[in-house]
Amino acid sequence: MAVDFNIMVGGEAGQGVQSVGAILSKAFARGGLHVFADQDYESRVRGGHNFFRIRAKTDGLPAISLELDMLVALNKETVDLHVNELKAGGVIIYDAEQTKITTEGAGYFDVPFVRLAQETVQNKLMSNTVAVGAALGLIDYDFNLLSVVLEQEFARHGEKSVKDNITTARAGYDFAREKGKAFTTPKIHPQKDSKRRLLLNGNEALSLGAMAAGCKFVAGYPMTPSSPILEYIADKGRQYGVVMMHVEDEISAMNMAVGAGYTGVRSMVATSGGGFALMVEGLALAGMTETPVVVVLGQRPGPATGLPTRTEQAELFFALHAGHGEFPRALFAPTNTADAFYTTVKAFYLAEKYQTPVLILTDHHLASSYATVDPFDLTKVEIDRGALLSDAEVKNLTDYKRHAVTASGVSPRALPGQGKALVVTDSDEHDEAGHMIEDAATRNQQVEKRLRKLNGLKREITPPEFHQVDGAETTLLGWGSTYGAIREAAALLEQDGKPVNTLHFSQIWPFPSDVVSAALKKAKKNIVVEGNATGQLAQLIRRETGQSVDGTILKYDGRPFSPHEIIDRLKTEVKTW
Amino acid sequence: MVTTKDYTSDVPIAWCPGCGNFGILQAVKKALVDLNLEPQSVLFVSGIGQAPKLPHYTKGNVFNGLHGRTLPAATGAKIANHNLTVIGIDGDGGAYGEGVQHLLAASRRNVNLTYLVHNNQVYGLTKGQASPTSDLGFVTKTTPLGAGLPLNPLMLALASDVSFLARGFSGDIDHLAGLIKAGITHKGFALIDILQPCVSFNHVNTFAWYKQRVYKVEVDYNPADKAAALLKAQEWGDRIPIGIIFKQERPVYEDSLPQLKDMPLVKQPIEPTKIEALLEEF
Repeated sequence: MAVDFNIMVGGEAGQGVQSVGAILSKAFARGGLHVFADQDYESRVRGGHNFFRIRAKTDGLPAISLELDMLVALNKETVDLHVNELKAGGVIIYDAEQTKITTEGAGYFDVPFVRLAQETVQNKLMSNTVAVGAALGLIDYDFNLLSVVLEQEFARHGEKSVKDNITTARAGYDFAREKGKAFTTPKIHPQKDSKRRLLLNGNEALSLGAMAAGCKFVAGYPMTPSSPILEYIADKGRQYGVVMMHVEDEISAMNMAVGAGYTGVRSMVATSGGGFALMVEGLALAGMTETPVVVVLGQRPGPATGLPTRTEQAELFFALHAGHGEFPRALFAPTNTADAFYTTVKAFYLAEKYQTPVLILTDHHLASSYATVDPFDLTKVEIDRGALLSDAEVKNLTDYKRHAVTASGVSPRALPGQGKALVVTDSDEHDEAGHMIEDAATRNQQVEKRLRKLNGLKREITPPEFHQVDGAETTLLGWGSTYGAIREAAALLEQDGKPVNTLHFSQIWPFPSDVVSAALKKAKKNIVVEGNATGQLAQLIRRETGQSVDGTILKYDGRPFSPHEIIDRLKTEVKTW
Repeated sequence: MVTTKDYTSDVPIAWCPGCGNFGILQAVKKALVDLNLEPQSVLFVSGIGQAPKLPHYTKGNVFNGLHGRTLPAATGAKIANHNLTVIGIDGDGGAYGEGVQHLLAASRRNVNLTYLVHNNQVYGLTKGQASPTSDLGFVTKTTPLGAGLPLNPLMLALASDVSFLARGFSGDIDHLAGLIKAGITHKGFALIDILQPCVSFNHVNTFAWYKQRVYKVEVDYNPADKAAALLKAQEWGDRIPIGIIFKQERPVYEDSLPQLKDMPLVKQPIEPTKIEALLEEF
């Protein structure tokens, strides 16, 4: 039977919401279920309200559900805020002694998290593990899977920690099995053909993509939602040959990455809108000096500091137009966790092949949500360094011209110190040899040479994914992290006998005008669903195809779309649908 | 053997006749020839201004980037290939104005770079506005009421625990070449502040003005003495010291990176399957 089980863990910052959520997610993933888990937290270290929302399913669309089967409440506020999200028959698990929740009755299950932890291992701090055990006990989940996850999670803290965690989890599990018989919560069983999948978030997938692609230099200044990329690479890079420098500001980070790129290593920066604003001059420098660099822009709501720990898709135009002057770029917006890995690999390839910056737009929702994915196939990551000259070719190369004018616009690339070739480049307009010029003819040649690279880039772009359904008169269009929500909305509408097509962009620039233009003609109504207030994709489509869409469903409250919200708003906001 | 010819460029020079930059260019060439460094092993990184055009007028690899961002670009390049001799070149505007935060960070970080700052106390390329080191009261088109208090770059670098600090004068080429050689051979970040006249826009701090005031630090001056350096760095006015002001051995940033132990990053192969073990952790 198809499983679609939704559980939320809520509490204050500092109470361990994230770790409870992570362990539950892993236990489901190890049982062969697809997991999608998003996080909601405030821009503070202690207090406030946080939640971790997990969806365990037999199919893998990465979308949230606003209807809960179970709420694990580590404080009273969690119940107050989310009790209305419970489905009929849903259950709240809480510790009455700690949370002072006095409401009782149908759906409330009091589990003494702290007391059980104290009684079994004499350590109150393990109360969260009791909660995990109780949640899984109530749905009859396989305890061995939890046991395996706890072993992996706590191994680095030593044998005692592993043992105590398993003991306390067991106490919660047994308590729920014994005292929770009256609850009608669905029983969740591991999938028989359980296949090993990775459970990771967008930032982690992107970091792995960068490392697989041979990124060797990263510079950054921490900023939500991209800081975990810097942290992950700083940690793993020591062993895998990647240098991550935490530097004085984003201006420095960008110029360092460009300096490293010029010298010949694949390099990257990762930031959010405010940090990217500081990087913009450096982005143009990469364009002018024809230096490969990959820029990760993890969007969050703006303008200015905005809602630092929430999500939005309002920087499409910013990323597309950032930088003074005109230069070629590619712009990608991965649609899900697996796409974040493969798109990052492609970004490094294209940056080097076309010797120009490539931008990856993620957002908080993609960056920090966990999803199960099939293990990345590293043997499929091909490394092609484009027009990079070999050591033998450069050894005795004199009179080298870094910016030689070619038909493709791409110049053969030597690296400083590689051989006798002197590699000269300039942020001033320059001649083929890289020296500053003022004359009009050379200026024209170099502008045209750089922009010719767009012709090649255009051919590299994977067009948007078009799902056409028989009888559909409407197409829902989207880009980036809304993929799961839009695809699930389409599936639900089809079940309802009101099928829609979907057209979803992962690779946005150079804009695949012909494909989009043709797709727009396949439906009577084209509706763009995007996480901003002005309909940036809708505007871009009009600009690039000359065709207007028929409506937009926009969201800018800092929260991700759910499939049901899309359906509801399609019905209420889009006239004549 | 490397000779001056190896560092001779045929790119026409765009500086004003009599500019202090000519002396500095000669000193740079002399230092590189004396050190027997081949042009292909040298990377000049510069920003925007009259001084940062210098790399075009000699031979070497050149990354002429943005105003004020020389040190970040130079740092990225050095970490990518630490076999290169990386020399940063800026004026007082880029080094002490637009990019001053990078000077503090680079001094603290101590990457093995040499940074030459042509300091003529005025903006040349944008035609005569006050710079961060202009004298108090210096009247220009953007400072009709006179410039504010000048910044003391030497004190700033000392406060950031810079590992090599020197001051030279464009009018004493041999002495300056010696400082540049010492800066390049020094392990760590080296800042060399170079006083130079601007013949077009600074009619106060002229060649004669500097010439009358500069003196070489005493033979018994000990550049390892930071307290003495702090005093030396504050001398300005009638007498201005040139020479090595401060020098210390501090751990070099790139030496702390295990990633660079076997070979420069740029020489390391790309092997996607190397990260297979990391996938196991998820």
